[in-house]
Amino acid sequence: MTRYEYGGDEFIFVELSEEMTLQANFKAKAITEELRKRDLTGIVDICPGNASYMIRFMPEDIHPDELIELLKQLEEEVSWKEMTIQSRIVDVPIFFDDPWTHEVLMRFRDNHQDPESTDLDYAARINGYDSKEELIKAMTDAPYLVSMIGFVPGLPWCYQMVPQDRQIEVPKYVRPRTFTPERAFGFGGAFAVIYPVEGAGGYQLFGTAAAPIFENEQKNKDFKDEITFPRQGDIFRYRSITREEYDEIREKVEAGQFEYLIKDFSYKPQDVLEDPDAFSEDVIRRLYK
Amino acid sequence: MIKVIQPGLQTTVQDLGRIGHYEVGMPPSGAMDTYALKVSNLLVGNDEDAAGLEITYMGPKLKFEADTLIAITGGEIPPKINDEPAGMWETLSVKAGDVLSFDFVKSGARAYLAVQGGIDVPEIMGSRSTYTLIGIGGLEGRALKEDDELKIASDKNVNVKAGRKIDEDLIPKYSKEHDIRVVMGLCSYRLTEESKDEFLSTEWQVTPDANRVGYRFKGAKMDFVEREQPFGAGSDPSNVTDQGYPIGSIQIPGGIEPIALLNDAVTGGGYVTVATIISTDLDRMAQVKSGEKVKFVAVDIEESLKARKEMKDKLDEIRKQLA
Repeated sequence: MTRYEYGGDEFIFVELSEEMTLQANFKAKAITEELRKRDLTGIVDICPGNASYMIRFMPEDIHPDELIELLKQLEEEVSWKEMTIQSRIVDVPIFFDDPWTHEVLMRFRDNHQDPESTDLDYAARINGYDSKEELIKAMTDAPYLVSMIGFVPGLPWCYQMVPQDRQIEVPKYVRPRTFTPERAFGFGGAFAVIYPVEGAGGYQLFGTAAAPIFENEQKNKDFKDEITFPRQGDIFRYRSITREEYDEIREKVEAGQFEYLIKDFSYKPQDVLEDPDAFSEDVIRRLYK
Repeated sequence: MIKVIQPGLQTTVQDLGRIGHYEVGMPPSGAMDTYALKVSNLLVGNDEDAAGLEITYMGPKLKFEADTLIAITGGEIPPKINDEPAGMWETLSVKAGDVLSFDFVKSGARAYLAVQGGIDVPEIMGSRSTYTLIGIGGLEGRALKEDDELKIASDKNVNVKAGRKIDEDLIPKYSKEHDIRVVMGLCSYRLTEESKDEFLSTEWQVTPDANRVGYRFKGAKMDFVEREQPFGAGSDPSNVTDQGYPIGSIQIPGGIEPIALLNDAVTGGGYVTVATIISTDLDRMAQVKSGEKVKFVAVDIEESLKARKEMKDKLDEIRKQLA
C-alpha cells in the first residue's frame, strides 16, 4: 500500500514500497516525470527516491491535500512499464581493496559488526562468496541503476540489475564513522555508493573511485555544466582497475583532461524486469563496443 | 567594505538559501532564522533576501570602511559600536572607521547582521549562502576568519534613515525551554504507539551536537514495531530503504538520540524519520542552544498552514510599519 505523508507544511513524502524493488523505482520515476511535465506553479523540488519520492511545494500556491490528490491520480494513471527512459551507460573505474579506504576501515574497526575482519572479507562471507575476489567479480559483472541522488550533492545510490536472489546485501556500520575519504566506494543495504566528498558515513568500505563525481572547480569536461555528475536513471558499470590505471586516471583528472566513457542509451522498464541478465549483457556490450 | 578583526565562533554569509536543487542532494543552507534575516534586511531598506551575516553564540569584531546603515536582529547577542551599547531590531548608522563588536549571548543562539546593499559575494546556483561541507557560497565556501574583507553591494538607493524600529510585539522572545511544533508522519508507522506518545511527552535535552547541519537530542529510548526488515533497508529496526529527508525532519538512528535535520543537513538516507518541524518553527530551532530543553508539539496540517499565514501577516505588518 502506498503511503502519502506530510513532511511539515512544505513537503509531501510518498512511500511506494517498504522494500527496494526496481518496479517501485521505475514507478516513482514515471510519476515524478509526469508531475514535472505539468509544470505546476508552487512546485519547488521533485525528488525521485529509491522506492519512494518527495515533493517540496509552496502551500500558498497549492494546498498539500490538493497535491496529494493529484499524486494519487498520477499513481493510477501512469503506465510506467511502457515509458522510455533516456539514460547514459557510464564506465566507472574503481580501485578495490585500496590502501586509503583500508587505512580508514581499520581505524574504525570498533564501529564494525566484525572487528576481526575487513569490510570486503566480511561482506564476501555473509553473502556466501569464498573470497573477496569473487565478491568483487559479482559486484562488477552486472551494471547498476542510479536509483536516487542525495545525502550530499551528487551521491548516487546504485542498485544492481540482477535478480533479487543474486543481490548483494550488507548491513551499515553498527555506529557510523566520523570520517570517510573522498571518492570512497561503499555498500550498505542493497546499494552501492560513491562518496563525493569526505565526511561521515556508515556504508561498508570496499574501494576508491579513480574519477570524481563532484567537482567544485569544474575543470574536467563532464563537470562544465553541473558540479555533480550522476543523474537519476543513469546506468553505472563499476569496473575493477589496478593501481597503475588508478594513477593514470588521477593524473588526467588533475590535469583537467579526464572524460567518462559514456554511451547514450534508451530503454523500457520491462526490458530490465523481463530478463535482467540479458539486459546487463546488452548494456555492457554497448558500453565497450 | 567591512574588515574582519575577529571572526567570532561561526560567522557565515547567508541569504534565504539555495532553493530548488534538492534533487541532486543540495541542501538549502541559508539563514536558519529566516524571520530575523528578513527583518534585518527590511530595516536597512534591502530586499528581504539580501545576503547578511549569521552570527552564532559569540559575535565577530568588524570594522566598517565606509559610512552605511546596519541592523542586527535575532538572538540577543548585544551589539556595541565603538564599545558603546547599540540597539537590536532597529536601523543603526555607522561611520567609516567604526568598530562593531558583541557581548556574550543573553538569549537565543544566532543573530543576523544586515548591511545596506547586502554582502556582495558570488551567487552559486542562485544563492550567496555558505555551505561549508562542500565549500561553496559565501566567502570562499567557509566561515569568516581574521583579516577577511567583505564587499558591500552598492546598488541600493532606497531612502532609509537610522532610528527606525518595529513594534515590540513583533520581536520574538527566546527562553531556555522551547515548544517546537511538528507534523507527525513520514515513517512514524515504524514507532510503537507508546514511543509515539513518549516522543511528544519527553522534554528533550539538546546535546552539544547542535549546529547548522542538525540538532541531536537526548531524553528517551524509542521502540519500533517488530517486523522482518524489508529487502534493501538494512538490518537495524531503525533502517528504512534509503529515502528523501524533508528539511526539518526528525530521524531516530538506532531509536536512541533523535536528530532534527536543518539547513545544511543530508538530503536523504536510510534512517527512519518520524516527524517534521513546521517551517515557521525552524526559525525558532535556530535560537535553541546546546543544553536547553525542547518539547515537540504535534499539530495537524491546517494548524501548520495557519502558523505560516500568521508569520506572513507579521512580515506584511513590518513592511507596512517601515514603508
